[in-house]
Amino acid sequence: MTATLPPPRTGEPLVEIRDLEMHFPISKGLFRAPTDFVHAVDGISLDIAPGESVGLVGESGCGKSSTGRMLVKLMEPTGGSIIFRDGDYQRDVAKVKGSEIKDFRARVQMIFQDPYESMNPRRTIFDTISEPMAVQGVGSVAEREERVLELLQLVGLTPAESFLFRYPHELSGGQRQRVAVARALVMNPTFVVADEPTSMLDVSIRISIMELMTKLGQDLGVSYLYITHDLAVARYMCDRIAVMYLGKIVEIGPTEEILANPKHPYTRALLSAVPVPDPSLKRPPVEIKGGISAAINPPPECRFIQRCPFAAQVCQENPHPPLEQQGDRHFVACYRVDEIDSVTEAAS
Amino acid sequence: MTTSLENLETRQIDPTKPLLEVDRLVMHYKIKAGEVSAIEDVSFTVHQGEAVGLVGESGCGKTSVALSLLRLLPSNAEYISGEIRFNGEDLLYLSPEEMRQHRWKDIAMVFQGAMNSWNPVYRVGDQIRETLDTHYRGAMSYDQQREHMERLFSSVGLTPEMLDRYPHEFSGGMRQRAVIAMALACSPELIIADEPTTALDVIVQDQILKELKRIQAELGMSIIYISHDIAVIAEVTDSLGVMYAGKLVEYGPTSTIFARPRHPYAYLLLRSTPSISGPRRELAPLEGEPPNLLSPPTGCRFHPRCPFATDKCVTDEPPLEEIGGGHRVACWHHEQVPELEEALHR
Repeated sequence: MTATLPPPRTGEPLVEIRDLEMHFPISKGLFRAPTDFVHAVDGISLDIAPGESVGLVGESGCGKSSTGRMLVKLMEPTGGSIIFRDGDYQRDVAKVKGSEIKDFRARVQMIFQDPYESMNPRRTIFDTISEPMAVQGVGSVAEREERVLELLQLVGLTPAESFLFRYPHELSGGQRQRVAVARALVMNPTFVVADEPTSMLDVSIRISIMELMTKLGQDLGVSYLYITHDLAVARYMCDRIAVMYLGKIVEIGPTEEILANPKHPYTRALLSAVPVPDPSLKRPPVEIKGGISAAINPPPECRFIQRCPFAAQVCQENPHPPLEQQGDRHFVACYRVDEIDSVTEAAS
Repeated sequence: MTTSLENLETRQIDPTKPLLEVDRLVMHYKIKAGEVSAIEDVSFTVHQGEAVGLVGESGCGKTSVALSLLRLLPSNAEYISGEIRFNGEDLLYLSPEEMRQHRWKDIAMVFQGAMNSWNPVYRVGDQIRETLDTHYRGAMSYDQQREHMERLFSSVGLTPEMLDRYPHEFSGGMRQRAVIAMALACSPELIIADEPTTALDVIVQDQILKELKRIQAELGMSIIYISHDIAVIAEVTDSLGVMYAGKLVEYGPTSTIFARPRHPYAYLLLRSTPSISGPRRELAPLEGEPPNLLSPPTGCRFHPRCPFATDKCVTDEPPLEEIGGGHRVACWHHEQVPELEEALHR
């Protein structure tokens, strides 16, 4: 079954997310219908261009991982649509069903956070990397072996032959994450969702995985969605950054623009809270209080209102603000975005 | 919420006086395959009121050092040589019971992963009370204990009612605050904080670090921060030790090391840390992986990954030498490190 969609044009986004929603019901008991919902993802829209890497950043519980999981169809959205285009292939991810799923999975892959838990400890590296090929029924065993060797080479696990029949426990965390990258790329996907791919790794290894993913992305024409809480990592891996807060994208723009010129009060706070690896620099104080609040049946007004130092009447009386353009490809969801600078100056 | 420390015991500090001296400590883990040389000849001093950081990658021995100080190492660990002097007394010669008296009372620890440092079936207040019972048996009445705990909670920004709650009712940041309150319960002279903010979001991390720094300054405590996060260490410490493969390779004032790291490993570690401030510079990758400590490399343990390694580094172990201003470095070629910077920019 194919969704009826307009034919693809050049310059169209690879992934087109529209009003995506994920509301988790809170069980009230076996025979009672749930009345409360966790609004994990609450109407986000985002385009990812072919070859682009977009970073999704935010605190734990903001909905970034749920978004990633919906994009690779590990979770079904409760609303909205995700259109995925790959050449002539065009599908609404939520409507991919039955035998189509296999085809979809060859094009979209995921890299998980924890390289210690994302692999079957009883399967060799060859089995792990070639499994997508086996599932898809691609190639003979000899061809699969050749492809796996090629990928091991590509991700820098050399000599490749010596890794083929090892088990995950024989590898270090960095080597395992390289195997995870190889497994994600084995079917030549066009889109990869990477959920905190480097957060479990030591700095020195982190850099090499970041470089590896960026280089392979460019060489193989893969688009990435990086899910991370670490803005410094996002800076080095992403063309654009989308900041999420309680299920909403509150700001989105080119990476350096967001870092140099953050507009949303939450982005400002997030940036000023990141420690700086230089004792001679002093960060500005962080202006917001407390931790992220619960996303259970949130009130209609701006999600950030309780923690926002700039909240005013306009924020109380109106629904959550829409994303509005504030510069080149820079969008912000805040009613007071124009006034914040003057308020900050007046205070200091 | 008031965060007042005025009712907690504060002490006068003399920043020139050593509180904790780790002297040529050597510790190995015995496993089936042999001996893991986890701490090899580590020496450093924590002065009164000082914040010292230990950084390094997983497996470099930083947590082993922390656990050694409290003698909380697993049973297969063996102290080979060296001394750990706390106010002049060698902790390694104490009986388990004498050591127990020091733990929490004089040296407290904030463990990695606040999520797991609470027993889920007891109220948080009752778990803190247990510490007070152990160290102030009979000296504090039930009501006095309660009052003391309420003061502790308000000093870390928690409300007194939260003492009656269970750990699962706390968020990650609140749990870590409660852990800090518990560490402060017996007014220790030294707190060892092992990755105190690793599992927390940046905004909460920022709050916790500020809190710790303020409490430390106001109560005149010393802190040892252990972290793999160089940016965190840069912000909260006075002195810094960089560990690699069980050895302390560089030690000195934090600002000096960040401005001019002299050990190639320290240099590469600092330069491979991404930052959101300043211009976006190229990150220097650190090739290879840390060695297996069952059979550590000969000579300098960093030589297989070091861009400056010469034959001497392969055969001779460099001592940790003072190069001025309390800055010590263990490298035969430390004078060449500034050249590395030029080479990388070329």
